[in-house]
Amino acid sequence: MIIRILGQGQYVVDDQHTDDLNQLDAQLEQAVEAGDETAFRTALLALLARVRELGECLPDDALEASEAAVPGDDATLAEVKDLLVGSGEGLIPG
Amino acid sequence: MKRLQMIFSAKANKALDRAEDPRETLDYSYQKQLELLQKVRRGVADVATSRKRLELQTQQLQQQSDKLEGQGRQALAAGREDLAREALTRRSALQQQLTDLGTQHGALLAEEEKLTLASQRLQAKVDAFRTKKETIKATYTAAEAQTKIGEAFSGISEEMGDVGLAIQRAEDKTQTLQARAGAIDELLASGALDDPTGTSKDDISLELERMASSNDVELEMQRLKGELGAGTAPREIEGQAGATAAPAPVKAEEEQA
Repeated sequence: MIIRILGQGQYVVDDQHTDDLNQLDAQLEQAVEAGDETAFRTALLALLARVRELGECLPDDALEASEAAVPGDDATLAEVKDLLVGSGEGLIPG
Repeated sequence: MKRLQMIFSAKANKALDRAEDPRETLDYSYQKQLELLQKVRRGVADVATSRKRLELQTQQLQQQSDKLEGQGRQALAAGREDLAREALTRRSALQQQLTDLGTQHGALLAEEEKLTLASQRLQAKVDAFRTKKETIKATYTAAEAQTKIGEAFSGISEEMGDVGLAIQRAEDKTQTLQARAGAIDELLASGALDDPTGTSKDDISLELERMASSNDVELEMQRLKGELGAGTAPREIEGQAGATAAPAPVKAEEEQA
């Protein structure tokens, strides 16, 4: 699937890693719900590192829609809270 | 996140639904893309301007800080610890400001870099869209084009949404910084941090100058006193008197002779 890191571009990640990413996504969601700034930062950076590690950068001139969008490294807890409201299923769907 | 996706695609679909011939939306969207590209480039330029202003202020504050350190040294050499302490106290406040400006400068540089990369990505996608647009217009009938256009739109509209967010963030940051920069300019202008151009003088400079000039007066007094004490002045007067008086008799003698 294609994952967009907001402000940084898109990554193609093989579907076999979805569970792996979902685990990190769940940790991030927990931290956001708890309003725990430290845990949030740790979880976000871990998720982003994993996406970059597993994924391959989509070329700049590709015109493809992403299946998931993840906030960038410097996103704040409040911003992510805003993005998650109403989605009910973390940042990575499925 | 899902909600975000929905916002992006909703915009694209709205444009697509409005048009009689879906191919017309291609040119319209392309125009919007070029406009956004302009906006990102303006954003990059705005951030760069703010960064440069910050650099100028940092330079001014640094000069001021150096000057205060020099004054502290001067005051200490003259045995005025109170004045030296005042200079160093002011300097430490400036150092705090300088540290702050340094942090903000770093944040602006990062923002500038992000926007530059965003504008490059958008440029690449806009170019790809233009190619695709021409192909769709040339190859497909209105009925067939719908799906192809949807595909072309989905990628670019998501990018546009992302870039839009990036511009918004950069604008917010530069606005906050501009307010702060304005406050520092006002401080510099009001003389509270002294005038780095050196055209108006701060109180420490005035005190040091006053000390220096009273020192000069003292030295001058000493010199004069020394001259008087050694009896130079009366002898001079005597000599002068002699010099004017002495030739007279000679003259008289010459006249007599």
